[in-house]
Amino acid sequence: MIKKISLTLTIACLTIICFAQENSGEFHGDFDLNMQSYQEDKLIEAEPVDEIILNNAYLNINYTQGNFAAGLRYESYLNALLDFDDDYKGNGIPFRYATYTIDGLEVTAGNYYEQIGSGLIFRSYENKGLGIDNAMDGVRLKYIPVKGIYLKTFIGKNRTYFTYSDGIIRGADAEVNLNESLNFESKTKIIVGQGFVSRFQADNNPKFKLPQNIAAYSSRLNIINGGWNYSGEYAIKLNDPIGSLTAEGNNYANGNALMSSLAYSQRGFGIIAEMHRVDHMEFRSERAQEKQYIINYIPTLTKQHTYTLLALYPCATQSEGEFGTQVDVFYKIKKGSVLGGKYGTKISFNFSNIRSLEKGVKYDTNKNEIEEISSSFKNDYTDFTPKFFSKNGELFFNDINLEIYKKINKKMKATGILARQSYNKDVLEGKTPGTYGTVNSTIAIADVSYKIKEGHTVRVELQELLADGGDGSWSMGLVEYTISPHWFFAVQDMYNWGNHDVEKQLHYVNINCGFLKGANRIAIGYGKKRAGIFCVGGVCKEVPSANGFSLTISSSF
Amino acid sequence: MRKLLLTITAVAILSTLSIAQNRTLPSVDVKTLNGGSMNITAIENDGNPIVISFWATWCKPCKKELNTIAEVYEDWQDETGVKLIALSIDDTRTMTKVAPYVNASDWDYEVYLDPNGDLKRAMGVSTVPHTFLLNSKKEIVWQHKGYVDGDENELLEQIEKIAK
Repeated sequence: MIKKISLTLTIACLTIICFAQENSGEFHGDFDLNMQSYQEDKLIEAEPVDEIILNNAYLNINYTQGNFAAGLRYESYLNALLDFDDDYKGNGIPFRYATYTIDGLEVTAGNYYEQIGSGLIFRSYENKGLGIDNAMDGVRLKYIPVKGIYLKTFIGKNRTYFTYSDGIIRGADAEVNLNESLNFESKTKIIVGQGFVSRFQADNNPKFKLPQNIAAYSSRLNIINGGWNYSGEYAIKLNDPIGSLTAEGNNYANGNALMSSLAYSQRGFGIIAEMHRVDHMEFRSERAQEKQYIINYIPTLTKQHTYTLLALYPCATQSEGEFGTQVDVFYKIKKGSVLGGKYGTKISFNFSNIRSLEKGVKYDTNKNEIEEISSSFKNDYTDFTPKFFSKNGELFFNDINLEIYKKINKKMKATGILARQSYNKDVLEGKTPGTYGTVNSTIAIADVSYKIKEGHTVRVELQELLADGGDGSWSMGLVEYTISPHWFFAVQDMYNWGNHDVEKQLHYVNINCGFLKGANRIAIGYGKKRAGIFCVGGVCKEVPSANGFSLTISSSF
Repeated sequence: MRKLLLTITAVAILSTLSIAQNRTLPSVDVKTLNGGSMNITAIENDGNPIVISFWATWCKPCKKELNTIAEVYEDWQDETGVKLIALSIDDTRTMTKVAPYVNASDWDYEVYLDPNGDLKRAMGVSTVPHTFLLNSKKEIVWQHKGYVDGDENELLEQIEKIAK
């Protein structure tokens, strides 16, 4: 810790010295504060907290001067909000870095975020909303020897809360833009890339001889021609026994993942078809099977919904095995046509289907069947590889939705959405098979905004979710009044009228208001939050129910 | 030790504030929709104002802002010579949808991708939408977090102030 602080101090001092001498450097940054009070509410099972108020805050400071940059992030969890892991505790400067670029070479020491290709074999990133920050601490080099050739290599340890994991992560990536590097003009653009990552962790297991170095590599291809765009990536992770190390549980199988997408678009129209197949691709910075150690990212192949009831049952990638397909269509009906009206009409359609790979059987030491598995598995007793295509795989998630947006006149805009979703609650929430089954829901949404006078707008959202399983049916209403450019006020109510337990047919009312000016935003709220799954970018966390006041401040300088 | 650190941080901030010089773009690479790479400092608009708007395909207010401006963008360009850069922070889950969405929406903006948030962090963007206005020297002269209906008028006023 002392070492860390002294390094930070050195960076801070150096930057100030530079600043004083040249007087041409710049300091910038941003600040975020999230405070929440917790009151007991037995009906929604909201627990009180001893501290009454919990608070998370972050301050980023970046210094840049020409080709040099340095910065740090101060984080404060006193104590961490309930929906954060309580390993985020106290104050500290877990992020600090210095970097410079000269003649195409970029050198970074300290903390950095990095990604190879789509992230199938490596992605270090941060998402404060989800409490994810797997920043690296080490050294990274990026080099552009000639235009069109991009090389990078890095080594480091992976952040887990305020410490670093045991494993040492090494990686390299090369990307070649054939058109740029060979300097030829063509309608067709081709970009190829090759990435490699390896993790070292000493084998301290007395019982098994575990591989100490685990490699993963991926190849990618992107071809663009006019409105067409194909992109594909294939990744392999070599044998990596993780989690509970037992004779039956050890899995020495290689993992692999394939993703492929084809898009076409022209003015007013776009279509994209995607598939992915993921088999035993969980990749961690340590063998221990705990959530925070994940160092790769497998994008979820479903639409990222933002309306509350559409996102009530969100999908998350099952990195141990799934087969997914997705199609999106965007279309703008022209102005002046019968359906387009005076301003045109925008339509978007989305379909996605995610299922397990075809199942096999896992055996124990006596060759007895112990369970069904749906990803590659290899040890002394079981050697199973799922088929490439999954016709009979178990359904994880299915979503079909249609959205229409129309500007009706100068004052009024409306969005309507219809959706049908299936959500395998047992699998997606990691419950024992057969506990909840699949929740099938039908969802309708209307969102209308009306301009009362210059700068004053009222917006109304009505949402309805009809379902038998899960918590049953929900209704939601929201009224928002905004006065541009400074104020917003909103009241919303989520009502679980269809809950099978009559006592849980509750209203979740929230009131929010905020003030925005330039680079500052301050919002306060009061109300009840429902316990549930909160996801961003396919990564999800369970959020407990809560009741109380909230204060958020966001500022940038 | 901690006190010392706080003092240094405070000094750093104060010294910046006291000089109050104009802020420039950080030197960070972004991706183009053609699969290429570009340093954000290389954007150009012949000395006319530039707007950089951070957005994502999953962000309702962002799309509302950019769709609203798209309707009047030609007028804005004629009046002020402004160029709008729509900077998508979509990660690899939704990045492939950016080009089809932009094309289908009939936008005339320059669009770049920042899939792992490098530029977003360097510019202190914690939530989207977040809009920056750059003057003829590509210095940031104004910024705004969030979007509600009507905010585009304030942006236009700010653009008009610095337009030639």
